[in-house]
Amino acid sequence: MNTVVSIKPLLAVLVSLVGAFFILFTSSKRQNLRESWTFIAAFIKFGIVLSMMPVILHGKVIKLTLLEIAPGLSLMFKVDFLGIIFGLVASGLWIVTSLYSIGYMRGLKEHAQNRYFFAFALCLSATMGIAFAGNLLTFYVFYEMLTISTYPLVTHNEDEEAVKAGRKYLTYTLSAGVLLLFAIAATYLYAGTLEFMPGGFLNGHNIPIGVLQFLLVAFLIGCGVKAGVMPFHAWLPSAMVAPTPVSALLHAVAVVKAGVFGCVRIIAYVFGPVVLKDIHMWLIVAYFVSFTIIVSSLFALASDNLKRRLAFSTISQLSYIILGAALLSKASLTGSILHIPNHAYMKITLFFCAGAIFVKTGKKNISELDGIGWQMPITMGAFTLVSFGMVGIPPLCGFISKWYLCLGTLQAREFFFLFVLLTSAVLNAAYFFPIVYAAFFRQPAGGRPAFNEASLPLVIPLSITAVMAVIFGIFPNFTFHFFDLARNAATTIIAGM
Amino acid sequence: MEFFLGKFNYWVYIAMMMIGFYAMIAKHNLVKKIIGMNIFQTAIILFYVSIGTKKGGTIPILEGAGHHAVAPESINVAHYINPLPHVLMLTAIVVGVSVTGVALALIILIYKRYNTVEEDEILRQLS
Amino acid sequence: MIHQAPILTIATLLLTAFWVPIIGMFKKESAYYIALAAIFIAFAAACGTLYSVLLHGPIHYHMGGWPPPWGIEFVIDYLNAGVLVLIALISFLTTISAKKSVEQEINRDKWPAFWSLYLLLIMSLMGMTETGDMFNMYVYLEVSSLTAYGLIAMGEDGALIASFNYVILGSVGASFYLLGVGYLYIVTGSLNMADLYRLMPGLYHSKVVFTAFAFFMVGIGIKMGLFPLHVWLPDAYTRAPSAISALIAPTMTKVSAYVLFRIILSVFHIQFSTMIIPAAKLLMWIAAVGIIYGSIMAIAQKDIKRMLAYSSISQIGYIVLGLALANRMGLIGGALHIFSHAFAKGCLFMVAMAIVYKTGIRNIDEFKDLNKKMPFTMAAFCVAALSMVGVPPTAGFFSKWYLVLGTISGRHWLMTAVILASSLLNAIYFFRIIEKTYFSSFLGGGGHGHHKTPTVVMTEAPAMMVIPILLMAVGILAVGLFNFQIIHHLLQFIVPGGLA
Repeated sequence: MNTVVSIKPLLAVLVSLVGAFFILFTSSKRQNLRESWTFIAAFIKFGIVLSMMPVILHGKVIKLTLLEIAPGLSLMFKVDFLGIIFGLVASGLWIVTSLYSIGYMRGLKEHAQNRYFFAFALCLSATMGIAFAGNLLTFYVFYEMLTISTYPLVTHNEDEEAVKAGRKYLTYTLSAGVLLLFAIAATYLYAGTLEFMPGGFLNGHNIPIGVLQFLLVAFLIGCGVKAGVMPFHAWLPSAMVAPTPVSALLHAVAVVKAGVFGCVRIIAYVFGPVVLKDIHMWLIVAYFVSFTIIVSSLFALASDNLKRRLAFSTISQLSYIILGAALLSKASLTGSILHIPNHAYMKITLFFCAGAIFVKTGKKNISELDGIGWQMPITMGAFTLVSFGMVGIPPLCGFISKWYLCLGTLQAREFFFLFVLLTSAVLNAAYFFPIVYAAFFRQPAGGRPAFNEASLPLVIPLSITAVMAVIFGIFPNFTFHFFDLARNAATTIIAGM
Repeated sequence: MEFFLGKFNYWVYIAMMMIGFYAMIAKHNLVKKIIGMNIFQTAIILFYVSIGTKKGGTIPILEGAGHHAVAPESINVAHYINPLPHVLMLTAIVVGVSVTGVALALIILIYKRYNTVEEDEILRQLS
Repeated sequence: MIHQAPILTIATLLLTAFWVPIIGMFKKESAYYIALAAIFIAFAAACGTLYSVLLHGPIHYHMGGWPPPWGIEFVIDYLNAGVLVLIALISFLTTISAKKSVEQEINRDKWPAFWSLYLLLIMSLMGMTETGDMFNMYVYLEVSSLTAYGLIAMGEDGALIASFNYVILGSVGASFYLLGVGYLYIVTGSLNMADLYRLMPGLYHSKVVFTAFAFFMVGIGIKMGLFPLHVWLPDAYTRAPSAISALIAPTMTKVSAYVLFRIILSVFHIQFSTMIIPAAKLLMWIAAVGIIYGSIMAIAQKDIKRMLAYSSISQIGYIVLGLALANRMGLIGGALHIFSHAFAKGCLFMVAMAIVYKTGIRNIDEFKDLNKKMPFTMAAFCVAALSMVGVPPTAGFFSKWYLVLGTISGRHWLMTAVILASSLLNAIYFFRIIEKTYFSSFLGGGGHGHHKTPTVVMTEAPAMMVIPILLMAVGILAVGLFNFQIIHHLLQFIVPGGLA
């Protein structure tokens, strides 16, 4: 494996960290200046991440050892196929989300906007750190940073509901963090290293099977709580009280994706296919998340609040990614990793739409959306387009990742999971299409509303992400080479190199 | 029997310590607590003094050492008591006196403030 | 000059402490500045000592030129050089920060006396850190207690009785320590720690040594506020003047913890408390109960100072737990926690001091919107709170990390659970404050975040108070990020050879 030493991953983390303090110390009256900081940081960060991509694509790994944290253990960045995908998704979507945030926050004249943008930038720093972490300890450092920096965003509204949601969020995530810490410490003592390796590093340390099984459970609960795996998902729908851009960030870009990303890291880069098969856990994990896939879709069907429905949809879709990883076949891993960016682009569009509707009309519930497609055609158009993608209809990007996931179930010769995936697709259709139907085909009580679209800073981002979702469906390698990266990642994991 | 008599200094100091300890814990009067504390400290001082002495030993001053040198081999260490624990106790006494002083000063202030030196009375006033 | 540095730390403070009341008779305001200057010199001397130790290895300073075992010896090795600088740095920062608070809380007539006692307290803490003689340690221990009694008694209503209770318990603790020294002297005839360390292995099965060990544990346990000997601590910390809470909370119990390290590791051998008597096991359980007890009691408190005091009891448990694990990672974790907790708790008590100085608020329920009044102070509070919870990259995380490693490598799974559970309990009581301060603007208003923020004017504490607080917060992060340097240069040497 070719290694390149570069300071870029550190810069990618630091840019938004420094930017965050610029934002914090800018007077809250000078909105434009503050927002420029956000944009400057976002663009620089995206540029840095993008500039690393070609190197990675050529099969090299960027490494940077910062400082030793413990004997034989250091704060280390390592950019590989999987990391760069997550980095690209998060930093790319930050630009879009920032634009959207500005429209949303100004549109509602929100309070404490400095704190909001500060915490947002911190979140992105932590996410970059997670994406580029080279070992479990570095991963944990940024994982906890993400937990803490998201807290002010969840409680942003500062009313009873928000405070309660914040408490719930902290209870779940901090408990999970503690479990994760324990698992990491135990791994360090058993294996003597924590550095991520494609195909896992736990192989060949003669660790008893019982210990490995226990560690896997601790790891997956530790990361699974953020990923909203049932039964640890309860914080996620509650956290929907946060402003919509936060929900979008939570769901599509940073927090839950960090959880899922962690799960993939653990399955593929800590344990690896060989160990997972040896300890007979892969099927159990797969069955476990299959349960989440189906049940959360049913929950989504039952909820009338639009953001809540999207939240349950997220829970379901994230478990696709874990399922794909747990099946341990090349195609399923490709599909699983590819689903990270694909789901991100689709889900962020859906949340942007929900937010735009709320800012424009104040409506939160699906039952109130009759005929809204005529009032906000662009927003609802994007919504409709992307819901096709969520179901998995070509040519949207959701199709490709689901196709590979299905192929993976066949490669792994586990046909039950094919059934799970198809059932879930049907359920997706069942909870998305009624929204679309109501928006365009149902007459509201007061007659068909006139055209009255949300403001440009809201509409532009959601159009961009929707268009991207289509482009990634037709050209999976468009600019970012997500497909090649995902396939290479899967290849290295299976080959164990 | 030998066990008790042979170590009687220990039994004396432990008994004194317990008496002091009892006063510190059980008495509600702050002055009595201080007295208990003093008994407690004195017990330890006595213990130190007792471990330094030995039967038939004398004070560790070499007679005539200032005028003409005494040959080292003519000194039998066993004839002298160990001065070090006694010297240490000078310090400990000073410390004990200072603690008592501080405690008494506190009691005076407490009396001025609450008009009583009974602990339960003070706690009632505080709550 | 540099080889006189160890004594310079103490001598400067001691001599100045006598001059402060005399000069103070003529000009009360001068007392503070003289004290500050003395502490600065002591700090510089401490840094010089550390520098010398890092460069040339441990220093043996013979008082008056008398070699041990007859003379008193100061031994500064890697661990206590670090602790020495820690004490000096934290007292220096606290002193800068405390000026206004002391002027507000203490009667003007008492200023010279106050600063004189203050200097003596720091002097005795440094003495405890440096000395290599058991009886000398006792003297410093008592000086630190005596000055603390006086300083605590200057506090608010109830401080007198809190101080009195501390006198009673503190004397018992010191007496037990003294008894322990006496017992060791009976069997070894020596008071020098290095000498004792050499003589001890042959005497391990003597009952006198067992008794001495038990007396030490009780004596030091009282001094460091180890559960269940902590009863004096919450009242003393709560009632003391804010500046004194901010000084003694990070330093006094930490120095006592350091003394415990010294006694278990370099007077007795670690094998004594693990193999010969089950002391380590017992200490471990006591520490575990203390950790949980302190955290739960802290959750129940409304007064911020009392809450922090209970939190201290819990954190002392961490340090003792690390020591009692008696393996490499545990010892390092415990020792590192002396540093990380000193910074975090010092910062928190300084924040409490600033809040009390500026607003008079002590009740956590009234903390609403405090972040808008005192943004910098509360930012430092958040950093310290995160360190207490153990969120990376603060110092608290790394000490917790080593402690967890220690418990796992010793296969003490229950202790792992205790540490992890306690960090969650810490999260409860610190995030309660953060939530109250930052996120309760619209509580009870039924709003949805649409209203304009109620305008609260920023009334930050004076810069002289805030800057040291911020420096402490930076210190927390620095200890966290450079923990490996601290361990590599200072702490790794405490681990006895042959210990896994």
